[in-house]
Amino acid sequence: MVQPLNTLTETASQTAGPYVHIGCTPNFVGIEGIYDEDLGLVPFPKDEPGEHITITGTIQDGTGTVLRDVLVESWQCNAEGKFGPGSRGFARMPSDLTTGIWTLNTVKPAGVGKQSPHIALWIVARGINIGLQTRIYFEGDDHSADPLLTRLEHQSRVETLIAKKTGDNSYQFDIRLQGEGETVFLDL
Amino acid sequence: MTLIPRNRGGHPVAYAPGYKSSVARSPKLALISGSATPSEQTGPVFGHDLLGELDSNLILNFTGEPAIGERIIVHGRVLDENARPVPGALVEVWQANAGGRYRHKKDGYLAPLDPNFGGCGRTITGEDGSYEFLTIRPGAYPWPNGPNDWRPMHIHFSVFGHSFGQRLITQMYFEGDPLIPLCPIIKTIPDQSAVDRLIAPLDMSRAMPLDCLAYKFDIVLRGSRQTMFENKMEGL
Ligand SMILES: [Fe+2]
Repeated sequence: MVQPLNTLTETASQTAGPYVHIGCTPNFVGIEGIYDEDLGLVPFPKDEPGEHITITGTIQDGTGTVLRDVLVESWQCNAEGKFGPGSRGFARMPSDLTTGIWTLNTVKPAGVGKQSPHIALWIVARGINIGLQTRIYFEGDDHSADPLLTRLEHQSRVETLIAKKTGDNSYQFDIRLQGEGETVFLDL
Repeated sequence: MTLIPRNRGGHPVAYAPGYKSSVARSPKLALISGSATPSEQTGPVFGHDLLGELDSNLILNFTGEPAIGERIIVHGRVLDENARPVPGALVEVWQANAGGRYRHKKDGYLAPLDPNFGGCGRTITGEDGSYEFLTIRPGAYPWPNGPNDWRPMHIHFSVFGHSFGQRLITQMYFEGDPLIPLCPIIKTIPDQSAVDRLIAPLDMSRAMPLDCLAYKFDIVLRGSRQTMFENKMEGL
C-alpha cells in the first residue's frame, strides 16, 4: 500500500443531445422569457478595435450530411492579444436549423507568442460523446512558426484548420467530423 | 498553472455503435495532443449580473406558475481534479418535463407539454463551488435508436470552469433508476466507476419536509498543475 493521492477524476462527458439549445440558447428555439437573451450572442461590442470579420461554415458528418443540430462555441483573444475581461471573446453559435450554417461575427485575433492568430472552437451535438476541440487559423497569415501547425505529422491536414478567405472581411471554415478531409481535432 | 492533460479513459468513446448517432459523427483519426496554450488556459468569466432572480428555479421560471411534477432540489459542488472548489463557474441545465417531453419542435413524444415548464436553468457557483437548482424530476422517455430504447431520467449539465480547456457537458442520472444499465448513451462510457459518478444519490439532509426531495451531484473539472518549476507555456 502507498499513500492515497487524494485527487479526483474528471466527471465523464455525455452527449449534449438533440435538445442542447433548450439549455444553451433557449431563445433561439423559441423558449423566450426565461433569459433576456442567449449567452454568447456576440464575442465583442461593435466598437471593439481591430479588423471586424465574419466567419461562416458548416459541419458535415462522415456521410457528407450537414449537421443542423450542432452548437459551436468559440474563445479568442482580441486584436491586441488580450483575453477577456469577463466573457469578452466568447461566442456561442447554434447552426441554422434549416441550412446548418453557423456564423461568427468577431474581430480577427492577434497572434500570441509564436502562435499565429487563431480562434479556439468547441463543438457539441447529438452523437458527439465528448466535445470536439479544434481551431480556426486564417488564410493569408504566416503560419511557419506556429507550434501546433508545424508539428502536425500529416502536413496535408493543416489546411483543415485554415479558414478560406472569401472576401475583404469574410472567411469560410467548414468542418468535417469524419472521413475524407477530416478536420484535425485537438486534445490540448 | 497548467491544465493537466485530459484523462480520456474516464470519458465515453467517440465511436460507439450502440449509440447510432455517434457512428457518422465520430472522428476516425487520432486527436492531436499537445500542451494547453493561452487559448485553452483562459476562458470566459460570467458575473452574477448575468442571472435573473428565477434562473435556478425551473419550477417557476417559465410562467411564474408552478410546473407539474415531483419537486426536487439538485445541488452539489463543482471541484477540480485537485479537489479544489471552482467558484464562479456557470452551470446551465436542461431537461424534459415530468412526463418525459422536451419543449422542442423536434420532440413529438406522446406525453404532453406542461404549459408552465420551460426546461432550462442556470446558476453560478459560490466561493465553495456549490450550486443549487429547484426543479421537477424529469420523466424517462423513448428515443429513436434501437427498437425500444429509453433514456433514464436525466438532467443535462453544461459547466464552464476557469478555462476554455475545462469545458464540459454531461448528464446527471438518478439513484435507483432501473433504466440506467440499459441506456446506450451511458454505455458509451467503458469505465463503470465513471458511470457511477454520474448517478446522483438521494440526499435527505437537503430534502425539505412537506416540500421537496433532494439529490446531490458533484462535478469534477480538469485540474491544473501547480509547481514552482513551471516552464513557460508552449507558444509563448
Ligand atoms: Fe435528454
